[in-house]
Amino acid sequence: MEQLHRFLASVLSSTRDLLPIVLVVAFFQIVVIQQPFPEFARILVGSGLVVLGLAFFVRGLEQGLFPIGESLAYAFAKKGNLFWLLLFAFALGFGTTIAEPALTAVAAEAAVIAADGGVIARDDVAMSSYALGLRITVAISVGVAIVAGVYRIVRGWPIQYFIIGGYLGVVIMTAFAPPEIIGIAYDSGGVTTSTVTVPLVTALGVGLAESIRGRNPMIDGFGLIAFASLTPMIFVMAYGMVL
Amino acid sequence: MELLSLLLQTGLSTITDVLPIAAIIFGFQVLVLRQRVPNLKKVLIGFMYVLIGLTLFLVGLQEALFPLGRAMAQQLTDPGFIRAASDSAGALLQWQDYFWIYLFAAAIGFSTTIAEPSLIAVAIKANQVSTGAIGVWGLRIAVAIGVATGIALGAFRIVTGTPLHYYIIAGYIIVIIQTVFAPRMIIALAYDSGGVTTSTVTVPLVAALGLGLASTIPGRSPLLDGFGLIAFASLFPIISVMAYAQLGTWWVKRNTGRQQD
Repeated sequence: MEQLHRFLASVLSSTRDLLPIVLVVAFFQIVVIQQPFPEFARILVGSGLVVLGLAFFVRGLEQGLFPIGESLAYAFAKKGNLFWLLLFAFALGFGTTIAEPALTAVAAEAAVIAADGGVIARDDVAMSSYALGLRITVAISVGVAIVAGVYRIVRGWPIQYFIIGGYLGVVIMTAFAPPEIIGIAYDSGGVTTSTVTVPLVTALGVGLAESIRGRNPMIDGFGLIAFASLTPMIFVMAYGMVL
Repeated sequence: MELLSLLLQTGLSTITDVLPIAAIIFGFQVLVLRQRVPNLKKVLIGFMYVLIGLTLFLVGLQEALFPLGRAMAQQLTDPGFIRAASDSAGALLQWQDYFWIYLFAAAIGFSTTIAEPSLIAVAIKANQVSTGAIGVWGLRIAVAIGVATGIALGAFRIVTGTPLHYYIIAGYIIVIIQTVFAPRMIIALAYDSGGVTTSTVTVPLVAALGLGLASTIPGRSPLLDGFGLIAFASLFPIISVMAYAQLGTWWVKRNTGRQQD
């Protein structure tokens, strides 16, 4: 009974999360475009699935992803071995990115653009090796980002110098990179942070900051996501320049 | 039937997405940390919930929102529609004629950000860590306002054809100035908000809008101009989240000042 009650409450709150989209879509469809809804039943079923999915996801966050991220952070802090912590950070960044479907799609698209631009040969071998190279580049860049971000938390360095420095790097690289890679590079920063990685990495960062003496979880714990969305831009532009 | 196969397919791809993460976590847990996961059963059920939740969520988006959102972006960017909605009889469209597109860009940016699961996660965590000082909804609305502003401005940029880097560099200058004055505890969280917005829900819809605009306006290339919207969507939340904290401290200061009077 109590279980059911909690489930209903989380479905209700997910409905509230989805409501703005429904209102916006309905307003534009009815008032602005002035057309009836195509396949109304299908849209209703789909919205129901979104609401259910969000409810399950938030429960899973609180029960699975957050606790495991935190317990890992505490365990590494207790063990006190920086090498293993950084290796884990790299593996987490690299491993979650290389398999990311959104990245695979962007990389394939980038290969087509590169072939059109005459950077690589227009055949399947060259294009798939270009796409694979790009995926590995982005995955390494996210691995490096999480390592740098974790090391920053351990040291307690202020984040702003890294981020401002990083964006200066992006600006400088933009000036020199071939124009056709720039759009892809900017987009690759967005595709790396998937829905599973974000809660896990956030819990890891906050957990580390909580368990290391002298660190404030609010000031030091966040920022890993920012690192992970910054480095791919630089690395992908470098990839475009080298090739 | 079609729905069932879509569910299975998405479920499988979600599992392949989560599998490497699970392998790394449990690998380190067993080989390096050599400790048992506390509440292992509960955590595994939690992972199952995440898998089920993401699968349903993605299938629902593909079934309902993405086709509709894409169709809308196409209809709104159709030159015929824009001409009909504007009063100017001239042959050339002015940037003001795209009024509905800016409104749609802002509204869709705001509403998709509210439903973004990664942002919900970060907001819950920030609320816990700040012991309630940062509200879950406060942060989500602040980020959503940032995304709305960013995407509307990005649409304006595609329409007018001004170079992307002017806006981005100006935006980063604002970020740097705000960083100096904003409360220290918000800075890292604000930077993170830039990264979480561009995720499952927002990117496909926004990309459709950008590509639709870039391909219907003469002189724009979908390749060069269609991409910039994501960059806008990850820059402006940084500004709006810092502004949210700055307004919050200002508000507290003002109220305590009054009480002393």
